[in-house]
Amino acid sequence: MNVDKRPVVFIVLATLTILAGTLFTTFIPLFLGTATPSVEKVIPYKPLEVEGRDIYIREGCNNCHTQTVRPLPFETARYGPPSKIEESAIDRPHLWGSRRTGPDLARVGAKYPAAWHYLHLKDPRSMYRDSNMPAYAWLNERKLDTSYTEKKMRVLGYPYATADMQALAGKTEMDALVAYLTRLGKELK
Amino acid sequence: MRQDAQYDYRAIKGFAISSLFWGIVGLVVGLLISLQLVYPSFNIPPWFTYGRLRPVHTNAVIYGFTVPAAFSLFFFLVQRLCRTRLAFPGLARVTLYFFNVAIVLAALSLFAGMNQSKEYSELEWPLDIGVVILWVMFSINIIGTIMKRKEEQMYVSLWYILATIVGVAIVYIGNNISVPVSLFKSYPIYAGANDANVQWWFGHNAVAFVFTTLPLAVFYYLLPKATQAPLYSHRLSIIGFWALVFAYLWTGAHHLIYTPLPDWIQTVAIAFSIFLIAPSWASVINGYGTMQGQWEQMRSNYLVKFIVLGITFYGLQTIQGPSQAIRAFSALIHYTDWVPGHVHMGTMGWLTMTLSAGMYYMVPRIYNTEVYSIKLANLHFWLVLVGQLIYSVTMWITGIRQGAMWQAMDHDGSLVYPNFIQTLAPNYPFWNMRTVGGVIFFAGFLVFVFNIYKTIKNAPALEKIQERDAAQTA
Repeated sequence: MNVDKRPVVFIVLATLTILAGTLFTTFIPLFLGTATPSVEKVIPYKPLEVEGRDIYIREGCNNCHTQTVRPLPFETARYGPPSKIEESAIDRPHLWGSRRTGPDLARVGAKYPAAWHYLHLKDPRSMYRDSNMPAYAWLNERKLDTSYTEKKMRVLGYPYATADMQALAGKTEMDALVAYLTRLGKELK
Repeated sequence: MRQDAQYDYRAIKGFAISSLFWGIVGLVVGLLISLQLVYPSFNIPPWFTYGRLRPVHTNAVIYGFTVPAAFSLFFFLVQRLCRTRLAFPGLARVTLYFFNVAIVLAALSLFAGMNQSKEYSELEWPLDIGVVILWVMFSINIIGTIMKRKEEQMYVSLWYILATIVGVAIVYIGNNISVPVSLFKSYPIYAGANDANVQWWFGHNAVAFVFTTLPLAVFYYLLPKATQAPLYSHRLSIIGFWALVFAYLWTGAHHLIYTPLPDWIQTVAIAFSIFLIAPSWASVINGYGTMQGQWEQMRSNYLVKFIVLGITFYGLQTIQGPSQAIRAFSALIHYTDWVPGHVHMGTMGWLTMTLSAGMYYMVPRIYNTEVYSIKLANLHFWLVLVGQLIYSVTMWITGIRQGAMWQAMDHDGSLVYPNFIQTLAPNYPFWNMRTVGGVIFFAGFLVFVFNIYKTIKNAPALEKIQERDAAQTA
């Protein structure tokens, strides 16, 4: 049988060939739970942190910062213990990243207090003369849009209290981003 | 030329011009983000910061430049290889308009910060649906034309076109399944390590089906045509095709080495990455084999220069890529500038050289004319070659240098460069060199666009006659 004379057979064969590796490496782990850790120990995101995380995504912070510490001596010396699969168990999307123009942020929440982040985001070069990070002072002047916060929490399935929602009142986008950053590295109970 | 009258070229022209236009946009943004990395004052918030512009650059060159170039070349190839007219010329023109509207909206949405964060898959869900519709329209035309072909056997280029169609559809849909929160925001159904695994299964196979099977389809058609020599080995192209299409899908997790993703998934990906050298080099060997006794043409035939350098960079790329998948080497270069250096050898070397050769071959044929200037085509060749080499080599150097600085530890186990900023600042001279390489490459691209523009402009009024003929045949 010459598949190169039968386009329909050819397309079916090509599809099956493509699906083989797809199923084995991507969807078997998904359905068998190989890469699905327990979420019992994970502290869910608060509404303000969810909004902060979405600003992190909107501004494309993940284009320059990873969030995964490799189990290598020089890596743990710089950033702390290796990342565990549980730590990103509830993250949709994951934000592991692929390039470190800036440092890894997986454990940055334990490294600096909120006040440091406000100063640094406002003007990175006031702290590091040679930094090439864009300044994000403008986030401080933008009120946080909370019109979809409840819907986001429902879609993501994170529990929340009324008080958490009230805590959003009067917050800026900068407040939300800093709330998210100071949580990084404190995912587990 | 009478034979050409039966083919429909109208949408092909539109896609070729769209591709060049969005190519310029993508490269301008590329130059801007290159400057931003050294001079932060080039960041103009909120729309023009690096974090938002980097996806604009990658999406513009993938979906704005490469995809319409493929649409035009594939619509051209499929008609010639099937010896029949495009199945649905009207649909092809609708696809063209739909494409340009979608790409404008895509660019605006990324400037505005609407993105899913997943690399090369940033577009939000309404645009994802648009991409899928676009792809279905394109596929119907290609498959429809193949079904009514007048040439019984499908040439290897058609296999790669079909693989591109199926592969892109599977990985694009698979990675973009998400739950909308609003028109401009959604969350993926996958979480954590699974989300990362799906994303890089997509990411690496976007490379497989947009940067590999797509230009290979053009390569297998063009090399025998340009050299007037038969393909070296049909059997090798069969083995190479099936092995490539099988193996690529297993390799995505080599982007996730030393992450929390389970080790076995990483190891399977590494093994298949090494294996991929074989089917990749099947095409390289087929290319060099076809050139046997034809090497003189590297001097006399500008098309051959583009094609042979293209396949050579493909060969280098597919040795470098698998070696990067090995854990020890990954530990050194992952997350550094080595990786953009690697990617840009593939895109600025293999991909654009092959697509440029395709355009130089196709445009004069659909306009019934000769290329405007072979001298300019040669200038284009040297500018993109030198620009790309400066780009890649400087990135490899600074990538290894930075990787080594991150690793450097004293005997007592303390870091030699504990402050990250100590490992960042030494990049700047290299990044300036990259901008220089990028400018040279961009100049080459402008020469290319000018050459194509003049070719079209100088085309005889025959074009009108041909359209009339085409209308009569239809």
